[in-house]
Amino acid sequence: MKLFRNFALLPLLALLGGCNAIVLNPAGDVAIQQRDLVIISTVLMLFIVIPVMALIVFFAWRYRQSNTSVPYDPDWDHSTHLELVIWAAPLLIIICLGAITWMATHLLDPFRPLGRTAPGQAVAHEVKPLKVEVVALDWKWLFIYPDYGIATVNQMAAPVDQPIHFRISASSVMNAFYVPALAGMIYAMPGMQTQLNAVINKPGDFKGFSANYSGDGFSKMRFDFLARSEADFAKWVSDIKATGGNLGRTEYLELEKPSEGVAVRKYASVDQQLFQLIVNLCVQPGKMCMHEMAAIDAKGGLGLAGVNLVQSIEYDKSARRGSAPILAKTYVASVCTTDAPMGADMMDVQVTPVSSTPLLGAGLPKPAATFQSFAPRPSNS
Amino acid sequence: MFDNPELMKAIFGRLTLEALPLHEPILVATFAAVAIGGVAMVGALTYFKLWGYLWKEWFTSIDHKRIGIMYVVLALVMLLRGFADAIMMRVQQAMAFNGSEGYLPAHHFDQIFTAHGVIMIFFVAMPLVTGLMNYVVPLQIGARDVAFPFLNNFSFWMTAAGAALVMASLFIGEFARTGWLAYPPLSNIAYSPDVGVDYYIWSLQVAGVGTLLSGVNLIATIVKMRAPGMTLMKMPVFTWTALCTNVLIVAAFPVLTGVLALLSLDRYAGTNFFTSDFGGNAMMYVNLIWIWGHPEVYILVLPAFGVFSEVTSTFSGKKLFGYTSMVYATVVITILSYLVWLHHFFTMGSGASVNSFFGITTMIISIPTGAKIFNWLFTMYRGRIRFEVPMMWTIAFMLTFVIGGMTGVLLAVPPADFVLHNSLFLIAHFHNVIIGGVVFGMFAGITYWFPKAFGFKLDPFWGKMSFWFWVIGFWFAFMPLYVLGFMGVTRRLRVFDDPSLQIWFIIAALGAAMIAIGIACFLIQIAVSIKNREKLRDWTGDPWNGRTLEWSTSSPPPVYNFAFTPVIHDNDAWWDMKKRGYQRPADGFKAIHMPSNTSAGIILAGLSALVAFALIWQIWWLAIVGFLGLIGTAIGHTFNYHRSFYIPREKVVETERARTQLLQTARA
Amino acid sequence: MLGFWLYLMSDCLVFAVLFATYGVLGANYAAGPSPKELFDLPLVALNTSMLLLSSITYGFAVLEMQKKNQNAMLLWLVVTGLFGAAFLSIELYEFAHMIHEGATPQRSAFLSSFFTLVGTHGLHVTFGIIWMITLIVQVWKFGLIEANKRRLLCLSMFWHFLDVVWIGVFTFVYLMGVLR
Repeated sequence: MKLFRNFALLPLLALLGGCNAIVLNPAGDVAIQQRDLVIISTVLMLFIVIPVMALIVFFAWRYRQSNTSVPYDPDWDHSTHLELVIWAAPLLIIICLGAITWMATHLLDPFRPLGRTAPGQAVAHEVKPLKVEVVALDWKWLFIYPDYGIATVNQMAAPVDQPIHFRISASSVMNAFYVPALAGMIYAMPGMQTQLNAVINKPGDFKGFSANYSGDGFSKMRFDFLARSEADFAKWVSDIKATGGNLGRTEYLELEKPSEGVAVRKYASVDQQLFQLIVNLCVQPGKMCMHEMAAIDAKGGLGLAGVNLVQSIEYDKSARRGSAPILAKTYVASVCTTDAPMGADMMDVQVTPVSSTPLLGAGLPKPAATFQSFAPRPSNS
Repeated sequence: MFDNPELMKAIFGRLTLEALPLHEPILVATFAAVAIGGVAMVGALTYFKLWGYLWKEWFTSIDHKRIGIMYVVLALVMLLRGFADAIMMRVQQAMAFNGSEGYLPAHHFDQIFTAHGVIMIFFVAMPLVTGLMNYVVPLQIGARDVAFPFLNNFSFWMTAAGAALVMASLFIGEFARTGWLAYPPLSNIAYSPDVGVDYYIWSLQVAGVGTLLSGVNLIATIVKMRAPGMTLMKMPVFTWTALCTNVLIVAAFPVLTGVLALLSLDRYAGTNFFTSDFGGNAMMYVNLIWIWGHPEVYILVLPAFGVFSEVTSTFSGKKLFGYTSMVYATVVITILSYLVWLHHFFTMGSGASVNSFFGITTMIISIPTGAKIFNWLFTMYRGRIRFEVPMMWTIAFMLTFVIGGMTGVLLAVPPADFVLHNSLFLIAHFHNVIIGGVVFGMFAGITYWFPKAFGFKLDPFWGKMSFWFWVIGFWFAFMPLYVLGFMGVTRRLRVFDDPSLQIWFIIAALGAAMIAIGIACFLIQIAVSIKNREKLRDWTGDPWNGRTLEWSTSSPPPVYNFAFTPVIHDNDAWWDMKKRGYQRPADGFKAIHMPSNTSAGIILAGLSALVAFALIWQIWWLAIVGFLGLIGTAIGHTFNYHRSFYIPREKVVETERARTQLLQTARA
Repeated sequence: MLGFWLYLMSDCLVFAVLFATYGVLGANYAAGPSPKELFDLPLVALNTSMLLLSSITYGFAVLEMQKKNQNAMLLWLVVTGLFGAAFLSIELYEFAHMIHEGATPQRSAFLSSFFTLVGTHGLHVTFGIIWMITLIVQVWKFGLIEANKRRLLCLSMFWHFLDVVWIGVFTFVYLMGVLR
């Protein structure tokens, strides 16, 4: 049985892989729990898989045609007891696995704040997780640290044993944020925000990357994840603060343009609202933010007047993948201004009555009096 | 006129000379080889004056047996293309280390993995499955043809037209660079402005029509045309799985058609289904495409399960163990396959309850699947197992598939999926079930039913060679991918920076090379068998001591399959007839009513391909003309009321007498 | 017949996809117009009655077919076709009006899904009418032979199916849209 010999090689292969199989040997508590789950589930299933495989080989050998010493029972095709067993055995395994799945899925839900940073180390109530805002760009990663007002490209750092809360989005197409040593992946999608709660327990340099194909430069869309002691992390932050450079909306729009294999970049200051603008697809001045649009839509849209609220796109990120787009790219113009890009006061806006005067975005002539309620107000930030 | 861009655009749309990939040496060489091969084949066909024969006896044939064979031939041709893509990927990934960029630029590599997926699923696995069902199901239920013979021919040519479009993309323009499911926003016009995604959309739409209609056709056939006495619970298991598969096709493919139509509207008309700027939602595409995509997996694997049931029972010389539970398992899988689609994107951030619901439903599918494995196992128990090639494929399947099933259930645990999703572990898993399940099943089926289709067995030596190279090659090609998945390597990467991964990619490439030898052995097997056909000849029509109805007729069966429609008393109908001392009727034959051949199918499919091509390149006038031609031809075809003829009684008597004599000589 | 039923089921699923899409995107006006401003219910009600009447007249045609009154049947078929054409004309007028006002399918996801759902139904009606004309010619030329009867019944199923789908569209898109 040549085939059988192959199976015998299997565990050996796994063993060989074990030396740097990061998924099986991660450095973060969440990833470790996920790894354990992989192992528990596999072992649970092996309870049934190994006997089945052994029986297949055994029956195939024992009941071969040339072996006439064993009984031959050509019409035996039913046995209620056996049928019960063959349905019940997998069922039992699945019940166990299902229960584990239900619990583990809830406990390890990436959106759920961490309850512990290591086995037996509960997170105290007053601990504030490190906030990191992640944006998948073409084809590099932007990390914004709102607490420190810094940003980096293709490199991030985090202090060990401290909960990290990621908010993740993308600028153009779908990607997945994945640091195998830290925790499982989660999609990064344009116009949407996903979250990930994780903790890293061992200092060291780890790799992160996009785990969802996103175009030509995808293979090189990798970044360094630096796990540091608290002191080293503070130094990392202050070094960035010292290097200078600002990431505002204009710089972001420049950065967002497609590029491959980008070297690490650091920004000592960053527009505090940048991430929200990115998630709401309105970094570009004059473009209506998604949440603003959603609020207007929830009140029934802007009526027929709203049809004119469309501007041609000015800079063309669509043309980046070869030929120019066939259709003119357009977007919905903003009804608020750069000063209040968040449309923070949208909720108390009375959308009716509707004027038929064409609506124009910021940077263009001021909206008519009907839309006074959208007019600029001093922004909080 | 050539210097008037407006005019050129009106005539040729987006199609320009630059669309020919003359700057890509690999493609030029491929094209040269294909062109030389094509010219040689056309020359040979002309020289041997085979065009008329092919046209009359095959291309326009509405005989389900010939259509089935054409499906399988199409699948094998496309297998070579799809596998060439696989080899290119394996070589690229084995090379691209230590700063090397490999030999494929991203532009080319990205097309290759997309084309590989699309071709293998839609134009290899689907036609193999459909071809086998087409050939076998009417024979197994004692019918003379399918319910709608013309539609059957049309379906085949639509599938072939879709395949032709994919092949055309190799030399005219390019294929999609989006991955095989073409998720927006990447596949939307803003990020894929070229013709690639349009080729993708239209080839799948054209082929999808064919698949859908053949699904409708086979359901109607199975429900309406079973021989008297064959109640649903007396149907052979392969027919049962075929029924379930076709129900899945009819219930799933419209969703694919719908979602691709929405994507094409986004691309052509600038609507906003999947673009976020105007309130569209790309996640909807992902949901909808997997509502088709997951049942698709079962569309492929259920008929393979059917093949294994027939093969195990035949070669163990035993009734299938637990027929009833086998049938219920199939039906349960059919239904459950609609409740699991979300497990393809746990990482999209649905809530924990949603994720666990879909994870658990996925696991539940493994229960009926497990029951099936046990049923085959206990069919072997107390049997007399003959290790002919189909049975070897079956044993290899059982051993391979349980591993694939196990990793599948593992991926159904959402937190485990978070670390393994989109990794090479996932790639290893689905190749493990698709190669280990579908491909092994189709090879078992082809070897098993080949003597029925052609009257001689396939050469067992080369069959075994092919088997061992395939199976061992498979393990070498995909076990390293499981390991790489644990090393955190994601799919669709073109270059790598961790040198410790390289060894695994080299092993995988060697495995792929072994599979290549396996494919070569299979082709040699066919050639050798044709050469030695007299030695491998089977006069009885029942070379394996079969159990189901298809073995009761001659090999190859006459056009009308059965001179008399048999009456069924048992689910192993032919076994039962043999046991009760069945005698071939010698007289009482009647003229047989049969559908006549028609060229409408191939013409309609050709026009569809033309319209699709025109739409891809935005040659609007051609699209309009082609579309009007399509409607005109379809209407014209409905004016043909003379679609059938009678095979005269004398002809039937003659055919049947010849067979009776043959059987007597063979016995003597 | 079974085959045609199966085809209708698959067509039903295409509509299910479009309905689902409308359900998801139907409220995303992208700060543009909403059903309230766009839909003209009396016009749509008129349109609906056209299609419902055409179903009834098709029913009369089938009754005449069973009585073997070829000419009466043809007459009812023509009437059905005219009602269908009227339905299409009103729908096209409605579309043209909306597009003229700037509410194009490109303006918002709501409008994209609206035009696609209603337009797909309209496209089906168009093909139904082409089929009907073909059948009228065929019956007129070859009489009420078995093959033609079968085709008439298939088309009848198709036509009533479109009616059922339209009732869904009318309720789900128009009535609930205006109520929202």
